[in-house]
Amino acid sequence: MNVPLRIAHLRLVDAAPLIVARDLGFAEAEGLALDLVAEPSWSALRDTLTSGRVAAAQMLSVMPVAMALGLGGVPGEVEALQVLSVNGDVIGLSQALSDRLGALPFGDAHAAGAALLSAAERAPVRIGVPFPFSMHAELLHYWLDQCGPPNRPNAIQVRTVPPPLMTDALAAGEIDAFCVGEPWGSWTVDRGAGVLVLPGSAIWAQAPEKVLAARVGWAEAEPDLARALLRALHRAARWLDVPANMGLAADMLARPGALDLPSELIERALSGRLSTGTGHAVVPGLLRFHAGAAAFPWRSQGAWIADRLARRHDLDRGWAQAAGRRAFRSDLYRRFLQDVVSDLPGASSKIEGALSGPTPVASHRGTLTLGPDSFFDGQVFEPLPSD
Amino acid sequence: MGVTDHPDPSRDLKVVVVEPDRDRALMIVDALRTAGSYDVMVVDQASGLARRVAEAAPDLVLVDLRSPSRDMIEDLALASAPLQRPVALFVDESEDGLAETAIEAGLSAYVVAGLTAERIKPVLDAATARFGMIQRMRAELEATRRALEERKVIDRAKGLLMKARGVSEDEAYALLRRAAMSQNKRIPDVAQALVTAADLLG
Repeated sequence: MNVPLRIAHLRLVDAAPLIVARDLGFAEAEGLALDLVAEPSWSALRDTLTSGRVAAAQMLSVMPVAMALGLGGVPGEVEALQVLSVNGDVIGLSQALSDRLGALPFGDAHAAGAALLSAAERAPVRIGVPFPFSMHAELLHYWLDQCGPPNRPNAIQVRTVPPPLMTDALAAGEIDAFCVGEPWGSWTVDRGAGVLVLPGSAIWAQAPEKVLAARVGWAEAEPDLARALLRALHRAARWLDVPANMGLAADMLARPGALDLPSELIERALSGRLSTGTGHAVVPGLLRFHAGAAAFPWRSQGAWIADRLARRHDLDRGWAQAAGRRAFRSDLYRRFLQDVVSDLPGASSKIEGALSGPTPVASHRGTLTLGPDSFFDGQVFEPLPSD
Repeated sequence: MGVTDHPDPSRDLKVVVVEPDRDRALMIVDALRTAGSYDVMVVDQASGLARRVAEAAPDLVLVDLRSPSRDMIEDLALASAPLQRPVALFVDESEDGLAETAIEAGLSAYVVAGLTAERIKPVLDAATARFGMIQRMRAELEATRRALEERKVIDRAKGLLMKARGVSEDEAYALLRRAAMSQNKRIPDVAQALVTAADLLG
């Protein structure tokens, strides 16, 4: 008899590990009956999780950290048990803005950043993101801060627009650009409403995009359930990583019971073969679930997110980084997966941005390859020493 | 309503109802009208939602819990400073138990379907009161943060005085306090002036 477990998610391609774990029997093999609940918005998903209506949820990686810092005015504490997906965002421009900026080489963060900032000198550029506390918003701010920053206040205005409404908002001229997760960028291109200029990975090569979040203390109170869930997700992510499985994965995710989106759109996100509106582009690692210890919740990732939020919201950076580190539970991940994952990183924190290519690192069995995880401007982030 | 720079406390509470379904919107507006005197505006489409809500500058926004546009409203109401609007949400009766947990969770109030006047009034009151409480909490947090900042500045100023005048920490603080009293200023302001001057002098 399988134990029922309710998990909330949004209708996004990067919910794939949850859907694969349910539909290919990985959850069942661990004794779980996954009940996946598709939520209409991130705020609804957060309320569903904090009120205890679901055990865990696919969450924007920034949300647990923002909540730990008391941002957003919402009570409740959650933590990241693992990273569910790395990268997967795309940055696009409206046709009008694209015409103004002229041809931009796809994937060149320096060129696109300079062009966007020069446009913002003349008139404010409004950029849509799915949620105020999201990797989308953090990547945008990091990118434009390091390229600029703009001279005029409010030259760049970041607005919240739910992903399914992003195309319409762009077409209606309510925003000039967006940073959104697939398939909504490709959806925009197919409707002729805009062009893609950059994958998120061109800003940060290993950005933790979504996490599996649970209320603080849940995994310790229910270690058997948490262990079973993380193991099932590990096997699902490994399966998703096999190129031969991609077509089947896309078809599976496309079904009405899953994401209910065109299979061809989903396959673009999984394969990294994008139609940009001005041509075609292949982005290796556009969206990753497994390779390079993608699922490992690095303490330093939580610290990076917290540090960025602290700078923008004028909080004490040392305090914020400590809270960010605590929200990414590498200790639990290690405890639950050490006898099934062939190799776990030896460290729980790393210098973010230091790996410019695949790099072998110390691990339990000495065979793990990490990276790249570099930032577009070559900077590295070294977390402040923990107290 | 008179034209003033400041909101008139006696004016009607301004409520924006975000609801694409016309019948449901009308039902809510009727219920609000019966419940009391409110300045009600309906926004019926997702397009331009953020702009219209921002322009209306309401005291309260009613939005369906299941609405995909909720994240936009949250951004307007909560995430972006300054915090200006409370949010109340309504939900169908089918969402069993969610109303209770949501109200307990703190921020949002939920009106269950069958929006009668008697039911809407207490929810509006609860949401407004909750909003006031959260605003107070924010103010307290801000005050704490400022106090921390000020303590850092005072510590720096004390350090400067101790070094420049060869006095103890207590004496340095006494000097700051005396200067503040004689100039009729706050101690943190005197400390800040000293720190700024020291920075300028290098």
